[in-house]
Amino acid sequence: MSAIEIPPGPAGPEPASEPVLVLRAEGRHASRWYRQPALVAGLAILAVVVGLSLAAPLITPYSPIAQNLNDSLLGPSSSHLLGTDQLGRDTFTRLLYGMRLDLQIAFIAVLLPFLLGIVLGSLAGYFGGWVDSVIMRLVDIVVAFPFYVLIIALVFVLGPGKGSIFIAITLVGWVAYARIIRGEILVAKRQDYITAARSGGLSNVRIMRRHLLPNVISQGFIYGMSDIVQDILAIVTLGYLGLGIPPPTADLGSMINDGQNFLSTHWQLTTIPGLAVVVVGLGLSLVGDGLADLLRPGQ
Amino acid sequence: MSAGPVSTGPVGGPVDTGMILEVRDLRVRIASRRGVVRAVDGVSFGVPRGGALGLVGESGSGKSMTLRAILGVLPPEAQVTSGEIRLDGVDLLQLKGAEVNRLRGPKMAMIFQEPMSALNPVMRVGQQIAEGPQIHLGLGRAQAAERALELMRRVGIPDPERRFRAYPHEFSGGMRQRVMIAIALSCDPEIILCDEPTTALDVTIQDQILRLLTRLCRESGVSLVFVTHDLPVVAQVCHDVAVMYGGQLVERGEVREVLLDPRHPYTLGLVRSAPDFEYVRESLVPIPGSPPSLVSPPSGCRFHPRCAFAEDDCRVSDTPLRVLPSGRATACLHYERTLEAIEADRARP
Repeated sequence: MSAIEIPPGPAGPEPASEPVLVLRAEGRHASRWYRQPALVAGLAILAVVVGLSLAAPLITPYSPIAQNLNDSLLGPSSSHLLGTDQLGRDTFTRLLYGMRLDLQIAFIAVLLPFLLGIVLGSLAGYFGGWVDSVIMRLVDIVVAFPFYVLIIALVFVLGPGKGSIFIAITLVGWVAYARIIRGEILVAKRQDYITAARSGGLSNVRIMRRHLLPNVISQGFIYGMSDIVQDILAIVTLGYLGLGIPPPTADLGSMINDGQNFLSTHWQLTTIPGLAVVVVGLGLSLVGDGLADLLRPGQ
Repeated sequence: MSAGPVSTGPVGGPVDTGMILEVRDLRVRIASRRGVVRAVDGVSFGVPRGGALGLVGESGSGKSMTLRAILGVLPPEAQVTSGEIRLDGVDLLQLKGAEVNRLRGPKMAMIFQEPMSALNPVMRVGQQIAEGPQIHLGLGRAQAAERALELMRRVGIPDPERRFRAYPHEFSGGMRQRVMIAIALSCDPEIILCDEPTTALDVTIQDQILRLLTRLCRESGVSLVFVTHDLPVVAQVCHDVAVMYGGQLVERGEVREVLLDPRHPYTLGLVRSAPDFEYVRESLVPIPGSPPSLVSPPSGCRFHPRCAFAEDDCRVSDTPLRVLPSGRATACLHYERTLEAIEADRARP
């Protein structure tokens, strides 16, 4: 056994004749985030939307659910910015609370499939063999159904509510992450630094966690940003179909549905929540695109 | 430094022969679309404690596969089909995966050809050095970081406190290879396997790195297996050399003897085709033809289709490595012919 004695001070007779550091990669940040118009615009939209939803209790004095039948179906006025619905609830208040709830659900709903997909995708890609076969056959089964058909069927079976939405989106959404991460891992695990990590006697778990995932996870983030848009649309769709959050809780989907009966006389009841969905979706898409450009390797 | 004799042929019986590493009749096969590639086909050699063995040969001769088989990090489509790899007397091929894993780092380590791709691009350099000691030597975070700093100092990385937090892309090529050396040394291994560690570097840096590597190994008694196709590098680093061709060893012996006085036509061809060597001649002479297919290798001696001295028996007889009276070993049936060729070369004005 050779105990390595580490002498203090600088090492011997091989002075470094070369520059130690190469240019401190300025090119890497050539595309700084604030120079990405899409990202900036998306962040601005999201900041307004999220700010308004978070500050909802401070902005409006009304409750999103308390009915006031004396004031039903009022037009826009200084006390009710967007008027009231058929039960006398302030539309602007319900819009803010509805966005708040939908955004909150969307952000949580994107996390669970992200985590599940990344774990299963890593296992499939790293170990290959039967692990890969089993996981990828599961993926095939889920992919065989259209996204909305499966989500709606699952929520229908599980019953409306937040919990069912999370479960349904997780069960359906993980496959995309699993496929992306599996593909990335298949490429990354053949890199020399993984062979080097194996040569260093590291365990599989450590190689996956410390060496593979940090190199591939940005692809998961990029997809996640566009996935949020899909999730929020799914949540609104479920609400519209009456499978989302049970009334009287405000949610953009159910607001669109409730307003439909009054479309000819009070178009704002349906149109405004619809526009809100478009704006939120636009903001998230822009942020997603911007982040993708920023994180995408090889620029 | 003890530079014992080169291991000769199968020995059998007791394990301690003064060898830190003994490889016997190693065979590695790779499944490919064109068929089974016999990448390593019956290779045997030994590395004495504190010794340095060079493994030379052209691309595709099986040198890297031999190293990877020793370390147990073959690509998934490659497989060791038979043989023995004894590290300190223990046959690695008989151990379970987890048991070999415990030896990688504290017993044996590897230095790769391309230091950029062999370092994790998204992990700080210091952490990559500290990782092994944390796992294998049971050091805490702070101790492991301290050790990493000492190692960085030892391999000549200036200002280690600052470089500790840098990423590999911020380092120059030579500095990256110093980091690789620090990683390889981080758990006090007994043997370091080097896979063309200086091929990706320019010559001045190459010289620095080779000096550093040999000095560090000599200081701490670490043995080396040094794979390269660069003959002067072998001469600089190694005591013994084994020449590989078509997945087999064709010659083995003390490095100066082998390179100055080859006993195999292939070695002679290598020496004649290498510039910048003591073996003086008017011009470089390439080896005609191209390396053999290892899916269906030539019968008899694998070198015979390209060999100027080949005779009928070369095409049919197997050519295992034979030990010569001088202690050197050659696979050539007619090695005397190389002597004549060398005499003729030297006689020329």
